[in-house]
Parts: sequence; C-alpha cells; structure tokens
Amino acid sequence: MAQRIIIDPVTRIEGHAKISIFMDDAGNVSDAEFHVVEFRGFEKFCEGRPYSEMPGITPRICGICPVSHLLAAAKAGDAIMAVSIPPAADKLRRLMNLGQLIQSHALSFFHLSAPDFLLGWDTPQAKRNVFGLIASNADLARAGIRLRQFGQEVIQVLGGQKIHPAWAVPGGVRSALTEEGRARIRAWLPEAYATTKTAFDLWKKVLDSHKKEVEIFGNFPSLFMGLVEPDGTWEHHGGKLRFTDSSGSIIADQLDPQKYYEYIGESVQTSSYLKSPYYSPLGFPDGMYRVGPLARLNVAEQMGTPKADVEFKKFKKLGRGRSAVTSSFLYHYARLIEILTSIERVEAYMDDAELLSEDLRADAGINSLRGVGVSEAPRGTLFHDYTVDRDGLLRKVNLIVATGQNNLAMNQTVAQIARHYVRGNTIPEPMLNRVEHGIRCYDPCLSCSTHAIGQMPLHVQLIAPDGTVLHEVARG
Amino acid sequence: MAAKTLTIDGKQVSADESVTILDAATDAGIKIPTLCHLDGVYDVGACRLCLVEVAGISKLLPACTTKVSEGMDIKTDSERLRKYRRMTLELLFAERNHVCAVCVDNGHCELQALAYSQGMDHVRYDYCFPKWEVDNTHTLFGMDHNRCILCTRCVRVCWHIEGAGTKNVSGRGGKARIITDLNQPWGTADTCTKCGKCVMACPTGALFNKGSTVGEMERDRTKLEFIVTAREKKQWIAD
Ligand code: SF4
Ligand code: SF4
Ligand code: FES
Ligand SMILES: [Fe+2]
Repeated sequence: MAQRIIIDPVTRIEGHAKISIFMDDAGNVSDAEFHVVEFRGFEKFCEGRPYSEMPGITPRICGICPVSHLLAAAKAGDAIMAVSIPPAADKLRRLMNLGQLIQSHALSFFHLSAPDFLLGWDTPQAKRNVFGLIASNADLARAGIRLRQFGQEVIQVLGGQKIHPAWAVPGGVRSALTEEGRARIRAWLPEAYATTKTAFDLWKKVLDSHKKEVEIFGNFPSLFMGLVEPDGTWEHHGGKLRFTDSSGSIIADQLDPQKYYEYIGESVQTSSYLKSPYYSPLGFPDGMYRVGPLARLNVAEQMGTPKADVEFKKFKKLGRGRSAVTSSFLYHYARLIEILTSIERVEAYMDDAELLSEDLRADAGINSLRGVGVSEAPRGTLFHDYTVDRDGLLRKVNLIVATGQNNLAMNQTVAQIARHYVRGNTIPEPMLNRVEHGIRCYDPCLSCSTHAIGQMPLHVQLIAPDGTVLHEVARG
Repeated sequence: MAAKTLTIDGKQVSADESVTILDAATDAGIKIPTLCHLDGVYDVGACRLCLVEVAGISKLLPACTTKVSEGMDIKTDSERLRKYRRMTLELLFAERNHVCAVCVDNGHCELQALAYSQGMDHVRYDYCFPKWEVDNTHTLFGMDHNRCILCTRCVRVCWHIEGAGTKNVSGRGGKARIITDLNQPWGTADTCTKCGKCVMACPTGALFNKGSTVGEMERDRTKLEFIVTAREKKQWIAD
C-alpha cells in the first residue's frame, strides 16, 4: 500500500508552509509537494486599472520583495510605452535592485539560515533561531543585521522612507541620487565588505562540515535559468535569458524576455495552488528549471566584478569541471557571491556622475498593447506581463514569480531529504528541521519565512497511496 | 452692503450680509471642514461636511450655502458636529472603492486629509464595493469613478470657469455618476477643451493626469481662484 506523509509547514494554517510526502506501496517516499499560495486573485484584481498604477499596486503583493515587483512593473510599463528609458534611470533602478539583493540575501543567510549552520540541526527549535545566534555569536548576528540595513539604506536613499515607494515608474524613475544620499551609501561600504568576508569564512567551514547536506539537500539534475549580459556575464536587471542544463551546457541563449511565452510554458497542477513554469521545448516536467542565485551563477560565465569573480571561480569548481552546480544547498554560497558583486557594483556607481542626472523619465502614450517586465529578484527571475487596451487599462495580467518557478525543485528537495529520513509511517523529528532548511535554501518568499525568530511554521503530512494521512505534524 | 454682527465659536464677528457663514468664519480665522466647496465657483452644499450649529435652529446648517444674519450664534465644533462629520466621511468611503495606499492622490487628497483630521480610524458601515470603471479614453486625463465623491466641483469649473459644459451628473442615488457630454467616453466628448480645470478642481484621486502613479497627483487649486479673480478684476490685461 502506498502512503503519503504530509509535512505541512506551508499549509493553510495561516503563515504555515504545508508539505505533503507521498509514500509508495513499498513504504518508500515516492514524491513530495510543497504547497504555495498563488497570485491569481491579485492578477484579477488589477484588471481594469491603468497600467501606470502597477508600480504602486504590485509591490503590495509581497511585503518581502516589494522592490522586485516595483521594478518589474515599471519595466513592463516601459514596454507598453515602447520607450527606452534614460540611461540614468536604468542605472538608478539597478542600484535599487542591488540594494534589494543585498538586504534580502543578508536576511536569508544571517537571520534565517546561519542559526541552522552554527547551532546544528538537532538544536531545539526554540534556540535554533536568530536569538539563539545572538546568544552564541552576537558579533555575527549584529553584522548580519547591519548588512541588511545597508541594503535597505540603498533602497531608502532612492525611494524614500515609505515602505512601498512607487519610485520607479513607466518610463524611468521619479528622482535621482543626491550628493547626500551618495555619501550615506558610501559610508557603509567598508563595513559591508568586512561582513561579507566574515560570511565567506564562516561559509567555508559550513561547506567542510556539511558534505551530507550538499549531497541530499536538493541535489538533482535540472535546467537553470537567469539573465546574462551578451557575453555571458551575470546580470540582474537587463540582458537576455539563458538556459543551461546540469552538464553546464547552454541549451538556449540570449532569449528575448519580452517573448518568454515562446519558451516558457505554465502547467497548472491540480493539487497545488501554483502554476509551475517549465522550459517548453522540453515539455513538462522535463523542462523543469531552477531560478535564483544558484541558477544565475550556473548560467553566468563570470560575475563581472573582481572580488566576486575570485569566489565565483571556487564556486564553479564545485560543479567539478564542466557540469553545473546542482545542489540546492549551494544556493547559500551563490547568495554570498551575489552580495559581494552587489556591493562592488554599488561602490562603482558611487563614482558615476550620471546617477545625479536630471534626465530621468521618458514620456509616451500607449505604443504596444502588451508589455513584459523582467528583473532578477533575490529569489529568481520575476516576470510581469501586462496586456492593455488602447487606453492603457489592463485587460490581462500574468505574473511569474520565483517561488513558482522553483516549486518543482522544492518538491524534489523535500522528497530527497525525506527519503533519507523517513522510516516506516512516521515523520521523524530530525527530518523536520532538515526539510525546513531544504526549503529555506530557496528562500521562498512566504510570509512565514520572515518571522523574526527565523523559524518556519510547518505542517507536514505523510500520505499513503490511497490518500490516507498516516502521520501529521504541525508546529509553529 | 449692510453689515451684520454675529458670533462664531464665541467670537464677535461682523460680516457683509451677502456672505456665507463659511466666508465669515474664514475671514475670522476659524476653519470649518469643507469638501465640495471650492474657492472660485459657487457653492452647492453637496457634501454636508461644513455643517454648523446655529442657536435657536434645531437642524444643522451647511456653512457654505447659508448666508449670515444679524445676531446669529454659531458653533463650528461640538460633539454632535464631530459625530455627523465622521459619519458623513465614513459613508463617502463606504460608497465607492477607496484604496489610498495605491491611489494617485495618496498624500494630497482632501478626502483622505479630512478623514485623518476628523479622527476617522475605521468605517462602521458595510462597504458597497460597487463595480465602477476607469475612463482612460481622453488623451491627457483619466477619470476613476471608484474614487469620485460626487462633489460636482469638476462640473462647476467646467461650466462656470471654462464655459465648456462637458461635465454633468447623471442618475440618482447610488447610480449617480459624473458623465461627459451625452454620457459618452471622455475622449469622444467634442466640447472638452482639454483645459484640465476639472482635474485641478477634483478633491480626490477621481480625476488625474494620465500616467500618474501613486501619490503623484499634486494640484494647485489657487490657479482656479486666480483665473476667476483675474477675470473679474481684468488682471490679465498687462500694463
Ligand atoms: S481619492 Fe482620496 S480617499 Fe479615495 S482612495 Fe484616493 S487618496 Fe484615498
Ligand atoms: S470627479 Fe472629482 S471633482 Fe468631479 S464630482 Fe467626482 S470627486 Fe468631485
Ligand atoms: S462644503 Fe458645504 S456642503 Fe460641501
Ligand atoms: Fe515575494
């Protein structure tokens, strides 16, 4: 009799992640499913609104990554106006995205994941959190919090104090960087570099002591997708899309993000609430791909900044030559390298006089009835696809978010971990912590993943082939 | 030009018999909340926010349309008035769809500012959630009926300052709405001169410059008043 284990951390228990683990007739784990809420309702809600309001509306989708939605919405607006925005505006948007990458990755690494690395899997949940980290390594915890503040400062200097600034708008941005803002950002740089170095030192130790995790936390073949520059350099806000496979070969390159629907299909899974995008030439589910830091580094040939490139070479070696780095545990490493290149890029912008320019916003009417905005959010490629009528009112909205694109990979990660720990018909305690971390590798943007105490409320079910729930654990 | 003597909030005031309680109070430095009133055009008493108490009269009177008279004893602030004003505001919010956080007028909206100043922290009535459309057919401006409070400021400036007569009110009660020409899309209304006075007059995010994003609609209403005064006093004739 096949059975099902549900780790339901992301269940519909408000703010919980729900996980189902399916058992086969032989009593082994066959599959797993991490349930994520989707954005359909939101897409519907926007219909009938002027597209120009979207940079104000869409940041409300997610309190964790409002900046990513802001930038993608503004870009989709550029496409509807069919304008190329002033160079200064493009640089300023990029600067804000770099701030977002830094703050989000710092939160993921220091607040959410470091407690697991440093305190150990089997430390009681009550202590395995940022407070436990403060108790055991106050300096590290503080440095991590400050690094996040630095990223937030970059965002605030540009967008103002408001939580959801509609600072980026169709055609450009509303305001430039000021001398004063530049000085504020500059002042943080030495500390940001120092903290990043500490993080890399710590990570090296983690890598030595977590060989098993590298093996089983989402280590499987898949495609990877991310933006790259024309020469294959890491990108985060412009460029074109590239897909590579797990042997590291490029299978498609310089794809126009505006036409994503020509190579990305969206399969709707009945059991889940999310659309699962796939690379359509390979079909579903073979065309499954991962996005986010790991994927961006897999598709890139270099980071394009000196310090990050040193680490990037070491990272690539983990793929043993030509093949891609396939373990999702290494998302953490990729995240640190992205923090480093972001800091380097922010620093370079501090010497760029164009960021003080007053030519910031192109103006135009409706010149294209469909516009797609693509940007690399901290968690992966984000697509905003708007169809408007002649008057600029939205007729159709399609959003493809990172967590949706990684959903299948998260399922496989959970299944792989479960296979190592589930024996019989119960959910063993050690598995819970590891499954939780397996999901955390992807840093999914669920409200639960931001809980300040850094612990993900889980609801896990073990399910038999006939649908019977064999065992169920909820903890929050 | 006979002068009347009256009392507003205990303050002795003298005002010409032709002026309203609102004018007299404003001259005396007393602020009465208003919403449909707009300097430069006549008043219609549509919003009822300016209600005041007059001694000896049991019902509340709108300050913007009530003329002063001899010996009036007026109160512009009381528990009763505050209660009614809050209620009026709550009804305005419940009637259509106001989502300030994403509104083009956020931070500059008169309705929103009044809600703050009158301490309206929640709405006790059920929201109607009506289905209203956005008219984005005009080349320069947009109209979001979801945010319209039917103050008719736009109608009055359109008829009496610009003289175009494009805007009107159609329907009654919950179905009432601002229309352009013969109830047709604004972009097809031939009489519209594209002057933008209505956009400048609107107290909320209902009328906006096309392409505006959150909080971007800042209006300079003194320009409207300037046009009127300039016309009456022939100030535009350069010397
Ligand atoms: S019109 Fe004013 S009250 Fe209505 S949503 Fe906009 S800001 Fe809020
Ligand atoms: S559109 Fe604006 S000015 Fe006109 S009635 Fe509505 S709220 Fe008043
Ligand atoms: S201001 Fe007097 S009724 Fe509106
Ligand atoms: Fe998010």
